[in-house]
Amino acid sequence: MTQDEGSRRPDAVEDAPTADRPTGEVGAPDQQPPSTSNALREALQSMMSSSVLVTVGAVVLALVIGSVLILVGDTAVQSTLGYLFQRPGDFFREAGRAISDSYVALFQGAIYDSEATTAERRVRPLTETLTIAVPLIFAGLGIGLTFRVGLFNIGGQSQLVLGAILGAWVGFALDMPPVVHIVVVLFAAALGGAIAGAIPGVLKARFGAHEVITTIMLNNTSRYFLLWVLGTGAFLSATPQVSPGLAETARLPLLLGGSFRLHLGFVLVLLTAFAVWWLMERSVLGFQMRAVGVNPEAARTAGMSVRKITVLAMALAGTLCGLAGAMQVAGTEGRLTGSVYGSIGFDAITVALLGRSRPLGTVLAGILFGALAAGGRIMSSRAGTEAELVTVLQAVIVLLIAAPPLVRSVFRLPAPGGPRTRAKEVAA
Amino acid sequence: MKKSILGAATLAVAALTLAACGQAPSDDPTTDGGDGGDTGASEVKACLVSDAGGFDDQSFNQAGFEGLQRAEAELGVEINQIESASDADFAPNIDAMIQEGCTFVIGAGFLLEDAIQSAAEANPEVNFGLVDSGFSDPDFNPVELDNAKPLLFNTAEAAFLGGYVAASMSETGTIATYGGIPIPSVQIFMDGYSDGVDQYNEDTGSDVTLLGWDKEAQTGDFTGDFDNQSNGQNLTTTFLAQGADIILPVAGPVGLGTGAALEANGSGAMIWVDSDGYLTTDYGSLIITSVMKEIGASVFDSIEEQVGGSFSNEPYVGTLENGGVSLAEFHDFEGQVSQEVVDRIAELEEQIISGELVIESPNAP
Repeated sequence: MTQDEGSRRPDAVEDAPTADRPTGEVGAPDQQPPSTSNALREALQSMMSSSVLVTVGAVVLALVIGSVLILVGDTAVQSTLGYLFQRPGDFFREAGRAISDSYVALFQGAIYDSEATTAERRVRPLTETLTIAVPLIFAGLGIGLTFRVGLFNIGGQSQLVLGAILGAWVGFALDMPPVVHIVVVLFAAALGGAIAGAIPGVLKARFGAHEVITTIMLNNTSRYFLLWVLGTGAFLSATPQVSPGLAETARLPLLLGGSFRLHLGFVLVLLTAFAVWWLMERSVLGFQMRAVGVNPEAARTAGMSVRKITVLAMALAGTLCGLAGAMQVAGTEGRLTGSVYGSIGFDAITVALLGRSRPLGTVLAGILFGALAAGGRIMSSRAGTEAELVTVLQAVIVLLIAAPPLVRSVFRLPAPGGPRTRAKEVAA
Repeated sequence: MKKSILGAATLAVAALTLAACGQAPSDDPTTDGGDGGDTGASEVKACLVSDAGGFDDQSFNQAGFEGLQRAEAELGVEINQIESASDADFAPNIDAMIQEGCTFVIGAGFLLEDAIQSAAEANPEVNFGLVDSGFSDPDFNPVELDNAKPLLFNTAEAAFLGGYVAASMSETGTIATYGGIPIPSVQIFMDGYSDGVDQYNEDTGSDVTLLGWDKEAQTGDFTGDFDNQSNGQNLTTTFLAQGADIILPVAGPVGLGTGAALEANGSGAMIWVDSDGYLTTDYGSLIITSVMKEIGASVFDSIEEQVGGSFSNEPYVGTLENGGVSLAEFHDFEGQVSQEVVDRIAELEEQIISGELVIESPNAP
């Protein structure tokens, strides 16, 4: 594991310096079983503590690897390869065209579309990026919170689904005045997520069932639960497998008017990110959660209830993921459908890892992923590059984040913590 | 270890080098852009948004995409397409197509109804199409949109022929049908099927009974969804126990459960729906014929209409006449269906096309 909590770490992503953060040293090697849990804990910590430069390096490397894939997938480039030695210029011209077409289209789809005809259309991509980022950030904040408590919460999907179900039902079945209704929808979604999060939390705290297993199982359970719910009378609408639309009073208001999808959720998620930062870095509960994350034994010895913290952290994570579900049903979609959750719960794990489980990092990582998702659509339709390239980019970024020594050696970054750590990393 | 990697690398480089020694194409500028003559032929840019099935689903999306490609080849229109991975992709994907300058955006399947409807309301300058569904307001009332065209199918006409064949092939004198969800686009198959059986009874004086659907009362058996194949299997087993030997499942992939039940039973056969089940399922040997919705034809025809310079929000309705619905080949059952029936089917088809015979259905579009 890496102990790069040293003073020279460039900490731009960090909201504030945290002098009191215990170093990895505390989690000393001679711990009692369960050992798998410890290994996981160490892996988690090493992933979270990779520096900002490594993160940026991973993104750059992923784009380079993506370029190779673009070349492999481009038929025009392939045909020039056949006569590479006779006229190498063709290959390089075609390769340059393929790569720049794809990445330019990715940029146009994510930030600013210079090819669009109206001003609205030109700026729309950026608002799309932010819209897609909203649920990703919510769920990423939840997942990141559990990471810091040393829990590998894979259940973002189930927490999101339960939140979406409760939120949607409150949204279309109840009749309430404008502002109250949306608040109730958000509370219902948060409650749904909290329940889905607390179940594996209790199972872990009370019976020692590993949260990876239980959350993955709950993901499947919730998926089928959703399909069943959509078939019940309460959720019946004119279209099969689609719930009635949420009432206007239950929808999150649009921030930029009818031609953009960006909704109030974007403001809410920024406020929430700040709240999570405050909770983790400034509150007693946050200190306890971080202490349990670093070393549960020490935390127990210090008089903290590890069980209580575990359940609480999972429920809090569920709350945040449930709100991500609310963003889907009350924000962009306006109704509950069989696959309303997409892959947000899983992408959020990546977002949390990339954001190093810190709120600001998660916000930035969520926006990056939103940009990749929004840009991927235009990239595939404008440049003809497979949209799956975006998935590959995301996966490569995570792989590289998980292997900081690799990125450091590629970019010749110094290993933090001096030669001792480096020797350890190489050995690992 | 190192050496073997080195060896492999050398080999790979050698192979790549040899592969790269080919002849460069001549620099004749006239060779590329050969089909440039089409430009200006039309200003239509037709685009298709898939549902979560993707364009290789052997069903709706694939058929729609084939229609789109045919439009590109035969009409010279520009096309574009995008696949949705989940329901949450519908709205942004439709919007990406609008951003790409599409003038006609088609949603493949009823799941896109809401997304197409809101896009149509927000983008009055763009035309929209929706496969297999009309538009409705929150209270289930149908609505018409000026710039959105439903692509619907009067499958009762083809199902009528399917019911006739099924009745003629039954040895027990009992056949059956069931649906996935009680919605008009499902029930219309069952209506036509029921009428086909009645027609056979009238023609031959026999008394074939139909289980699973009562056209008068509009009630029948449904599995409840389009996913759970075991429901289809259970329902089919019940029908078989009641003496039915030919089943028409109108439930998408749930119909595969009928295939499994028939296989376990060792006798009986089925009639597939939507696509030619002989080609798209593993139960080809059990499928007498299929009642097909030609989704590709509907996509193609609706694009062709706009190339002609007109767009109407009148629904496209696939019929036997315009080839939007049809009865598939008999494949393995070729020869088992008697010549009399084959001739009579052709005769009935002609009567339907000419309008002499009208298949009435309360679910008709």
